Amino acid sequence: MTQSLKGIGASPGIAVARTFFLATERFVPARAAVADEKQEVARFREAVAVSRNEVEAIRVAAEERFGADKAEIFEGHLMLLEDPDLIDAIEEKITDEAINAEFALHEVAQSFIELLQSMEDELLRGRAVDIEDISSRMMSHLRGVPHMDLANLTEECVIVARDLTPSDTAQLNLAVVRGFITEVGSRTSHSAIMARSLEIPAIVGVGAAIYDVPENTLLAMDANEGLILINPTTEELEAYQAKKQQDDQRRIELAKLKDQLTLSKDGKQVELAANIGKLEDIQRAIDNGAEGIGLFRTEFLYMGRSSLPTEEEQFTSYKYALEKMSPKPVVIRTLDIGGDKELPYMDLPKESNPFLGQRALRLCLDRQDLFRTQLRALLRASRYGNLKIMFPMIAVLEELLEAKRLLEEEKQKLIAEGVQLADHIEVGMMIEVPAAAVSADLFAPEVDFFSIGTNDLIQYTMAADRMNETVAYLYQPWHPSLLRLIRLVIQAAEKEGKWVGMCGEMAGDATAIPLLLGLGLHEFSMSAGSILPSRELIGQLNQAQWSDYADQALRMHSTQEITQFVEQLRNGVSS
Amino acid sequence: MISQTFTILNPTGFHVRPTKTFVQTASTFPCKITLINKGKRVNGKSSLGMLTLGIKANEEVTLEIDGEQAVQALDALGKLLTGIHE
Repeated sequence: MTQSLKGIGASPGIAVARTFFLATERFVPARAAVADEKQEVARFREAVAVSRNEVEAIRVAAEERFGADKAEIFEGHLMLLEDPDLIDAIEEKITDEAINAEFALHEVAQSFIELLQSMEDELLRGRAVDIEDISSRMMSHLRGVPHMDLANLTEECVIVARDLTPSDTAQLNLAVVRGFITEVGSRTSHSAIMARSLEIPAIVGVGAAIYDVPENTLLAMDANEGLILINPTTEELEAYQAKKQQDDQRRIELAKLKDQLTLSKDGKQVELAANIGKLEDIQRAIDNGAEGIGLFRTEFLYMGRSSLPTEEEQFTSYKYALEKMSPKPVVIRTLDIGGDKELPYMDLPKESNPFLGQRALRLCLDRQDLFRTQLRALLRASRYGNLKIMFPMIAVLEELLEAKRLLEEEKQKLIAEGVQLADHIEVGMMIEVPAAAVSADLFAPEVDFFSIGTNDLIQYTMAADRMNETVAYLYQPWHPSLLRLIRLVIQAAEKEGKWVGMCGEMAGDATAIPLLLGLGLHEFSMSAGSILPSRELIGQLNQAQWSDYADQALRMHSTQEITQFVEQLRNGVSS
Repeated sequence: MISQTFTILNPTGFHVRPTKTFVQTASTFPCKITLINKGKRVNGKSSLGMLTLGIKANEEVTLEIDGEQAVQALDALGKLLTGIHE
């Protein structure tokens, strides 16, 4: 009978191969007195030196194989091999207690491993493996036992282990290793990160059940689902093989789209951008083929601290983002605080209706000190890339004009101070208040672009709190009312030759995309993971045809009618 | 003894590379360098010690420096704490 196991899919893919069990019984040395502590310390130093040479060789090889940022972990290992808290502490222990180096190493290393493993932070718990990695290497040199090297595997296999150390993973022989399964670990452990960059399937955190997996046994793993089948039946095996072929094919197809333009079947070009809320999201956006950042939320700079971020701190963050994406555009939204996002240190008065209160730009126009600091930081960073500034929560033209006036004032001040700025910085606004959507023609001459924030636009249009389950049925992105508003905005912008983006969840939704393309949306900004599938989808759609379909959808009576209509057409397209 | 509190801006917190630069710089000064985060104190010249602090982005850390060249050390290390490291 087939036995199955479940774990965390840490690196996607499907593999079928025989198991190779990586034995990791840990050597526990006995405490022994030594007569000559000086000689024992010298013996330990020799083991450290040999280990350092080996790690340096692994680092150089890993840099060639994975690039500098993945090899960085071995720089950390080299530092650990020089760390006073670790190495000096072991030497002191040998000297003070007149004991053998193996025991001193074991004791000190173990105390750090236990300390790290007890930490709350998942990432730090993962760091314990670094200490294990280097201390087991030092231990094998002290004992004169060779360190297990996974580069020597010659048979096709799936590795089963308690955990893989970074040096294990870096040395995997990819010609034969089809994937790996570990007892411990999470999506953020080093072995998981390495597996993703090696593009081999990995399932981690399976638990002690892995010890029941027999050696050299056929196993099928689906890391997309975190599922493992031991000794699968012929039918199961065939199903996995078929799934693997399909999966590989799909991944190859999507990866091909990474550096391509986004074009509809009839050649209309649009832009697919990523929404980000933290600087570290930028790399993910790049890896997923983003053509820009369509929404950079700046709230992270303000939250989780005890005072406002300084101009310098903000400048550093904006400059980093702009340089990293350059020459691609980065739309940075000015502070959107209020509503459900609070800043304790600002001591803002409690409002009975925060979503209809002094939120975002409304607050910034009142608290000009705070707003001007952000504008100055943005302007100063502008020359490091392709910056576009976006104001949130505008309802009436006066708000936009006032925000633009403050921006211009800060610009002139900086120019007078001799600060170099970008020659041209596009300025745009979010469309999330229905008042702004229906009068988009009034705003269009005053902006370079609009970006439709559907999450708020839907809840304000329907007057329904999306968090309130009793009215959740009104949260209907495809309702004719929404589509009509979107069309109004796009038509108003086109009359003035301006572009329109969308940065709400709807922009990455496969049911919405055909209609939005038909309505003439220029930029779709979504979570990074949706970009490649969306690029593929748009490539299958005929824009001119969907323009007609969108017209029909606008005259329909309900969300249901529209979604059914779209589904039917899409199924027709793909068949 | 002098001390100052800084906010970490680096998006991934204070991970391997910034820790490395920090420890290397700290090691060039003769003074005693202590880093404090969430009430825990560690040796600023030990990457392992700094690792056990688990400093995340946007967290505040206090640098405490005692001994020769304390002012120069505070200036150099403060810049590293607030910088962004690729």
